[in-house]
Amino acid sequence: MNRIETDTVFVRRDFLEPEAPPPSLGGVPGWVRKNLFSSPLNIVVSLTMLFLLVWLLPPLIRWLFVDAVWTGTNREACLPKNGETMGACWAFVNAKLAQFTFGSYPADQRWRPSLVMIGFFLGLAWVAIPKMPRRREGVWFMLTAFPVLTFWLLYGGLGLPIVETPNWGGLLVTLVVAISGIVASLPLGILLALGRRSKLPFIKIVSVVFIEVWRGVPLITVLFMASVMLPLFLPTGVNFDKLLRALIGVALFTGAYMAETIRGGLQAIPKGQYEGAASLGLGYWQSMRLIILPQALKIVIPGIVNSFISLFKDTSLVMIIGLYDLLGSIQRNFSDASWSTPSIAPTGLIFAAAVFWVFCFSMSRYSMYMERKLNTGRKR
Amino acid sequence: MALSSAFRASPKTGVVGISRLSKNWLLARAATVYVETLRNIPLLLQLLFWYKAVLSVLPGPRQGYWLPLSINLSNRGLTMPRPIIGEGFEIVLSTVPVAVVLTWVMARWAKRRQIATGQPFPVFRASLGLIIGLPLAVFLVLGAPLSFEFPELKGFNFVGGMVIHPELTAMLFGISLYTATYIAETVRAGILAVSTGQSEAAFSLGLRPSQTMRLIVVPQAMRVIIPPLTSQYLNLTKNSSLALAIGYPDLVAVFAGSTLNITGHAIEVIAITMAVYLALSLVTAALMNWFNARVALVER
Repeated sequence: MNRIETDTVFVRRDFLEPEAPPPSLGGVPGWVRKNLFSSPLNIVVSLTMLFLLVWLLPPLIRWLFVDAVWTGTNREACLPKNGETMGACWAFVNAKLAQFTFGSYPADQRWRPSLVMIGFFLGLAWVAIPKMPRRREGVWFMLTAFPVLTFWLLYGGLGLPIVETPNWGGLLVTLVVAISGIVASLPLGILLALGRRSKLPFIKIVSVVFIEVWRGVPLITVLFMASVMLPLFLPTGVNFDKLLRALIGVALFTGAYMAETIRGGLQAIPKGQYEGAASLGLGYWQSMRLIILPQALKIVIPGIVNSFISLFKDTSLVMIIGLYDLLGSIQRNFSDASWSTPSIAPTGLIFAAAVFWVFCFSMSRYSMYMERKLNTGRKR
Repeated sequence: MALSSAFRASPKTGVVGISRLSKNWLLARAATVYVETLRNIPLLLQLLFWYKAVLSVLPGPRQGYWLPLSINLSNRGLTMPRPIIGEGFEIVLSTVPVAVVLTWVMARWAKRRQIATGQPFPVFRASLGLIIGLPLAVFLVLGAPLSFEFPELKGFNFVGGMVIHPELTAMLFGISLYTATYIAETVRAGILAVSTGQSEAAFSLGLRPSQTMRLIVVPQAMRVIIPPLTSQYLNLTKNSSLALAIGYPDLVAVFAGSTLNITGHAIEVIAITMAVYLALSLVTAALMNWFNARVALVER
């Protein structure tokens, strides 16, 4: 210590500031050079992509926004006049928005589905955001009381006028089919997955056959079966609702897919976990509920959400058996004489696509977020 | 129907899957936008979009768009030249299997030579030359026994050529674009699953990037890709039933529409439809399982 203080030795106490990179490598030019023009092939690819963008984007934006018609009360607004080009007909979507959302639900009763939708999204936020207080109670509320309340509000009875299901439509039906499918298919999938791994041969064979048959046929034939065939098997006089039949078909179909996803998770659990649970003296159902399923379900969250997303997209198929979901009610309005112009079909379909996209994309982002959050101890 | 879509979807998707991993920022972003947009929109909606919003509002044959190779896109569908097979074209076709067999022999010889002497042989380029060159040479020697009948405008429609109807065009566009997004994601996941250490080790052995991809990364990625790819092909088979919605006579429509109307035996007809799909699915699954077993990692 002393020597350093007495001797006049030059000791540098701080580091030199690093020099800025040469201008050709830093900032925007550097980024462009590294990411767009790093090799001859990349130059060709970048120029092609730029050309495509310049070629495709301006007409698209013009059609969607600049030339689009935003206000109007009938087809006159969207008809091309004296040769000018016309863009999207958003006035059509605007005018029909209530129909796209509720179908032909009576106008004075539309507060009921609105209330259900608002309640659903609030409840979903309560359950889905990890920081919310009392989430466990939230889950129980959403799974027990909320469906009963929903049914009462949507269908009626007990003081509210009854609205029959053929009057339901639009986004309402899409959400009803999707959500009841999700809620029903998850427990069904868990049971089938456990059944497929069961040691009891009868249960195992029944589960395997059930899963493989439902997975092997297209949903459209399942829906056909449900809407056309099922009534033929029922005794005369017994007739239950078309929407309910579609719901059952969708739930069974998704349940089979869900079972395979969950089976993947069950297979990923090391055998030691099963044996550990057994050595603690837990019975089959206890060890499943407390040890195996929490771990297995955590692993397959991405797969489960994928099934939910494809279920949500598949709800559009109920249109084919004559239920008016979002896509169906938009499609039905194409033949409305007071609005028929060439531009309403693209506009309506793009609107439907945007709605579906928002739902599916947010589901997939949420699953990625949960995956990161739950990825405790499995990080590589 | 499903088969043709599968063939169209597969190569495109490999390209998209790799594009998303590309170092080129623009290409990677474009691929991401394409995948994330199309896979989050129901297929039925996309089919309706192609059919109702794109193909039906195209101008008539007179004002249709002329693409290269005198292909015309109009509201009558895709019109293209029809090949007319002349004398001796079968001989040209029959040289293709011959070329394949020759390629196989050559590949074995090249491998043996490389093991014995260490000298590589450009198998890929040689086999490409063989498979394309041999039939082409025979074709030219025989005096090009193939001509095309070009579509011509006569009155309000085309005369000659062959037409792919709007329904089928929409179906092909819709299904292949949609399935492509899924397979692209599968391929991407497969390539990402091969750890970077593998390609770094390959580089340090002196392999070129293309060799690394072909010899090291792709064989390992295939193991991850095959099982989900199986289910994508199964989905595609089942999705082809959506053709019904835009009025293309696929299996469901033929059975559930025409046959149902004619015979009136509803239950039997729908049951047969489901059975046929089930059989198709099971066969596809069996084939893919066999392929999977061949590429799978052999453990202990």
